[in-house]
Amino acid sequence: MFPLIAENLVVEFNGKHILGPLDLTVNKGDISLILGPNGSGKTTLLKSLHGIMKLKRGSIKWSCSDKSSMQKQMFVFQTPIMLRRSVLENLTYPLLLRKVSNSKVHRLATEWAEKIGLKEIMQLSATRLSGGEKQKLALARALITEPEMLFLDEPSASLDGKTTVEIENLLKSCTKNGTTIMMSTHDIGQAKRLAKNILFLNKGILESNQLAETFFLEPKSPNAEKFIAGEILE
Amino acid sequence: MNDIWYGILQACQLIYTLDQDLIEISVRSLQVTLSALVISSLFALPLAAVLAVKRFKFRRFIIALLNALMGLPPVVVGLIVYILLSRSGPFGALDLLYTTAAMVIAQIVIITPLITSIAHQSLRELWSEYHDLLISMNTSHIQRIKTLLWDARRALLTASLAGFGRAIGEVGAIMIVGGNIDNATRVLTTAIALETSKGDFALALALGFVLILIAIALNLATHWLSKTEREGRW
Repeated sequence: MFPLIAENLVVEFNGKHILGPLDLTVNKGDISLILGPNGSGKTTLLKSLHGIMKLKRGSIKWSCSDKSSMQKQMFVFQTPIMLRRSVLENLTYPLLLRKVSNSKVHRLATEWAEKIGLKEIMQLSATRLSGGEKQKLALARALITEPEMLFLDEPSASLDGKTTVEIENLLKSCTKNGTTIMMSTHDIGQAKRLAKNILFLNKGILESNQLAETFFLEPKSPNAEKFIAGEILE
Repeated sequence: MNDIWYGILQACQLIYTLDQDLIEISVRSLQVTLSALVISSLFALPLAAVLAVKRFKFRRFIIALLNALMGLPPVVVGLIVYILLSRSGPFGALDLLYTTAAMVIAQIVIITPLITSIAHQSLRELWSEYHDLLISMNTSHIQRIKTLLWDARRALLTASLAGFGRAIGEVGAIMIVGGNIDNATRVLTTAIALETSKGDFALALALGFVLILIAIALNLATHWLSKTEREGRW
């Protein structure tokens, strides 16, 4: 499946330039965090790479077929989208799409419900969960398929510290299994805790693509330096 | 006012004594209406889902047409079905005129646009909620339609019940194509029309109350069986 190679990527929406042109390579096992101010194109980059946003120009190539790559990647949205079903049915949904055997579906769903602390309320409607619980369920619903690539769009935005740590722990555990992660965030602390690579976007341009340790010490872009210092970018 | 009280009393008496004519007419009413409802729903609900999920040429036109057909005058439908099924019509050889089958056909024509339009409204809202998730999970059109139909089943039940309400109370079309023949095509509504024209208002009212009771009982039973409005369930 890897590497993922994006070349000369340009995205426009209703005639307005949103992202690019940019080139990017994602290798297996990378944990890349995308930083940047609001409207810098973080979500657009994630959705483009995932294949759910049309490109104006450029190409995104996986080392396997597009159909096969779509089966091996999952996306977690900033605002969790819950199926109007129970917690258990939300967990089983992606497995049933993949025609996993019934016995395995039930075992995996129960295991993941326990991991995210929702086993006692598996039969409850997912729409009745709190924001943090919904986001954990959305993440578990993605991870239950053991994706090779996981895209996350600010998954811990507006969550409290405890839930953020729980989500980060789930992400750390899945990286041990070799899942490649690309995630956007506004939280510099979270980027320091999780990232191997940092992509810094500003006004749709990829201004910096560095290893995390060098990014925070010697950012290549002046705007990135200001962003790390907490200054407001114009 | 006396006629109303007398009608209520007579309705109670007819029900209490299990009047054979009343039972026969009521059963036939339910048979015709439920047959039309089931056949119409089997066609209308998937059509509504396709209209919500797929983008194709003339989609907007079809939606507008279905909305317009919600107000289709039943007498005109009856007349058209009559012409089609009459001996000189294209389907005359089927010999369906003045049978309950003809009444079912007329009711299907009347309620299909209604059920489709109401169902489409609900499914369109659900699709806007699910769109990003189902696209990101790389679901096929069939999987999306199945998911929407299942998750919106309570709303779809309401759409079907609206169709049931329209069909069970319909008189114009089924009078024309059914002929209101005793022991053959007479149903509650056509019997009410007949008794009113004969001046037997009390019996007409009694039949009317029975009709209302059946409609309410079926609605309540459907809601109870589908567990609508119960805490924590969908």
